[in-house]
Amino acid sequence: MEFKDHQAIYLQIAESVCEKILHGIWKEEDRIPSVRELGATLGVNPNTVARTYEHLQQREIIYNKRGIGFFVAPGARTEILTKLKESFFTEELPVFFRRLSTLGIAMEEIERYYKNYKQ
Amino acid sequence: MQCTNILTHYKMIKIKDLAFSYSKNNVFQNLSLSLIQGNVYGLLGQNGVGKTTLLKLLAGLQKSTKEACRVNGLHPYSRQPEFLQDIFYLPEDPESPTGTVNQFVRHNGPFYRGFDYTQFLSLMDRFEVDPGKKFRDLSAGQQKKAHISYALALNTKALLLDEPSNGMDITSKSVFRSIVAGHISAEQVVIISTHQVRDLENLIDPVIILDQKQVLLHASIEEITEKLCFHTEPQVPAEALYSEETLMGYSVVKANTGGVHTKVNLETLFNAALQHKEWFKEHFKNGR
Repeated sequence: MEFKDHQAIYLQIAESVCEKILHGIWKEEDRIPSVRELGATLGVNPNTVARTYEHLQQREIIYNKRGIGFFVAPGARTEILTKLKESFFTEELPVFFRRLSTLGIAMEEIERYYKNYKQ
Repeated sequence: MQCTNILTHYKMIKIKDLAFSYSKNNVFQNLSLSLIQGNVYGLLGQNGVGKTTLLKLLAGLQKSTKEACRVNGLHPYSRQPEFLQDIFYLPEDPESPTGTVNQFVRHNGPFYRGFDYTQFLSLMDRFEVDPGKKFRDLSAGQQKKAHISYALALNTKALLLDEPSNGMDITSKSVFRSIVAGHISAEQVVIISTHQVRDLENLIDPVIILDQKQVLLHASIEEITEKLCFHTEPQVPAEALYSEETLMGYSVVKANTGGVHTKVNLETLFNAALQHKEWFKEHFKNGR
């Protein structure tokens, strides 16, 4: 896994776990790798992965069965989608709008491109 | 919290008011440090600051007093068998014996309580080094990998690695990170000294920086993330604690006031700590 520069590693790992769930590689109620296994796969300190799992547990994306391991929570996919949409509207879209106004692009123009893209 | 159990274990290594000198050269004065099992510590510091000396003191290869230094409740310099069978120090340039790697490992491994020969073979396999070869027929990098496989397969409670990534190629460094991350148990302490922080980024946590005969910084990545932000910016912002120019702009360290968690850049952290010693001492509790 290639790590980017801006975001804490535990959050980047959380994102990649969410990606796996979104793409159905890990399905709801699937057991996911242990802290140690994922740490070894990524070459990352187990403390960091433990923090990722804690973060995902708080967001009810995964849950812990004591002594057995971590599992994808029921409804995790919906949860992730909701969160991603939220951050799209609050973070990515304003940047996009700012760009539109800088370049003087009208919404109708965008609509035309969007229709083309959909075809 | 459930996941922090790794961090709340017992203090396996306790150093209290340690002083050490090589004849007239005073290396440590009033150095105190407690290390908790289950962690891979990164020991950083400029050349000549005493990283290797500290590892040797812990391994019982340099003299400390009984009061100043304890590993697993035992005094290293007394070198009792129960101490020696549970600690291993791998120097930066370990001596490679005559004979094959296999012979060496089979003869010396059994002195350590946790030695696992099968595990040694599987580590050698991951590093793609043939244990049937003589040390002198291996390249420097391959010898290093053989020594590291041996060191890890001893499963000692304390494992001290001095510049382990030196001499390794890029692929091996990544294998090394993966092996250490997957290998360390909740009962072990690993200390890795390095000045090539990039090699070991994401593996070491907590970070210890030695400076001026003492510990300048001792903090977990979590604590660093909470207290500091690391950014690359086109200009140096007024509130920057430290900045250095890079190809991409300025690599900036700021106090974390917004609660945003950024990736810790160990190199900038190191430089920032050396330049703003007082700020760091004031803001980090240094494992106390």
